[in-house]
Amino acid sequence: MATAVETKGWTRDQMAARAAKELRDGYYVNLGIGIPTLVANNIPPGMTVTLQSENGMLGIGPFPYDDEVDPDLINAGKQTISELASSSYFDSAASFAMIRGGHIDLTVLGAMEVSEKGDIANWMIPGKMIKGMGGAMDLVAGVKKIIVVMEHVSKNGDPKFIPECTLPLTGKNVVDMIITDMCVFQRENHDSPFRLIELAPGVSRDEVREKTTAHYVD
Amino acid sequence: MQKIYPRAEAALEGLLFDGMTIAAGGFGLCGIPERLIDAIQASGVRDLTVASNNAGIDNEGLGKLLRTRQVKKMISSYVGENKEFERQFLAGELEVEFTPQGTLAERMRAGGAGIAGFYTKTGVGTVVAEGKETREFDGETYVLERGIRADLSIVKGWKADEAGNLMFRKTARNFNLPAATGGRICVAEVEEIVPVGSLDPDCIHLPSISVKRMILGAPYDKKIEFRTVRQREAA
Repeated sequence: MATAVETKGWTRDQMAARAAKELRDGYYVNLGIGIPTLVANNIPPGMTVTLQSENGMLGIGPFPYDDEVDPDLINAGKQTISELASSSYFDSAASFAMIRGGHIDLTVLGAMEVSEKGDIANWMIPGKMIKGMGGAMDLVAGVKKIIVVMEHVSKNGDPKFIPECTLPLTGKNVVDMIITDMCVFQRENHDSPFRLIELAPGVSRDEVREKTTAHYVD
Repeated sequence: MQKIYPRAEAALEGLLFDGMTIAAGGFGLCGIPERLIDAIQASGVRDLTVASNNAGIDNEGLGKLLRTRQVKKMISSYVGENKEFERQFLAGELEVEFTPQGTLAERMRAGGAGIAGFYTKTGVGTVVAEGKETREFDGETYVLERGIRADLSIVKGWKADEAGNLMFRKTARNFNLPAATGGRICVAEVEEIVPVGSLDPDCIHLPSISVKRMILGAPYDKKIEFRTVRQREAA
């Protein structure tokens, strides 16, 4: 007999699966490092979604078999990958022309903080070693739809969806949707407030309210 | 006009000077001009400003020039995997101009295309735009970024013909193409040099005008930063 397990909130995989619901047939998509990468495992069967790697590739394939690893074929996280029959390669200037020019339909990124006005901070913490922003600033400035996937609160329990970002910004007024382990916030356009549109299993509206300092529409 | 040189040292002869700016191709350790980096290290040239997306890792790629303290300043988007870089940066011995990845690629491309600057939305409202001119176009704010015109470009290609027409391989193209055009002179190292007429002119990625000198760098022992694989399904 299976025992009913009380579930509360979404796991990392479930957050990625929720983000995957935003994919549409024919989309060109760029996925960030971490939870966003897991979105690739959740593309609905029968749907054509082309993944972009900002170093210069469209059509990212799965990790290669051990005997097919190629040092000349890596993703933006510098991991070895494989190509698909439909893949193409190009240089980094052309790659970011696609990104900056608004030709990529969707990007999924992690974040340290998101503000109620859609600002995002995900590249540096003052006082810690700065590694650099990589392509994150270009992505949030140019991609049509920006989805942030992040834990609802930090390791210290502090809210991450807040009135104003305290960390240096990656982009200002750019985020369209936030998926956390507790819920989903979305806004219709960059002038409207975020709205709580979905709760993870076992999470109440009050709990979200308690762990969120940003203003949003309930 | 003979473009093929016997060794990297010979190909760089007369081109290096203290305080110069170098644009380097590569992304991580993928497609880095390692023979030319070795020769620059051996030359002892100092106070370099290097525009490169990354700074290598300890003892690989540009990490070698950092270790010997030949670099004064890096213009990069991401410098994560490098302990010596971190040490010098935190000690204030190394200057870093953090530039968004796409802005860096475009700065190199623009520099080589005779474009002094361009307006981009990338970085608006962030520290990247501080102290730079901004301007409204069609109701949106853009920031002015300058093209990079380097004294020297160093790039790694796959195949070249004897005239200097060059092809890259897979994601090793990355910054090699914009870096190649962003310098006053470009030196390329390649894995194979073939006779003129062997490459399809329709498939050239970098036309010969950009490659003034080149060397055969093979054999290469290409490094992998993160080896990720999947298992074969049982038959």
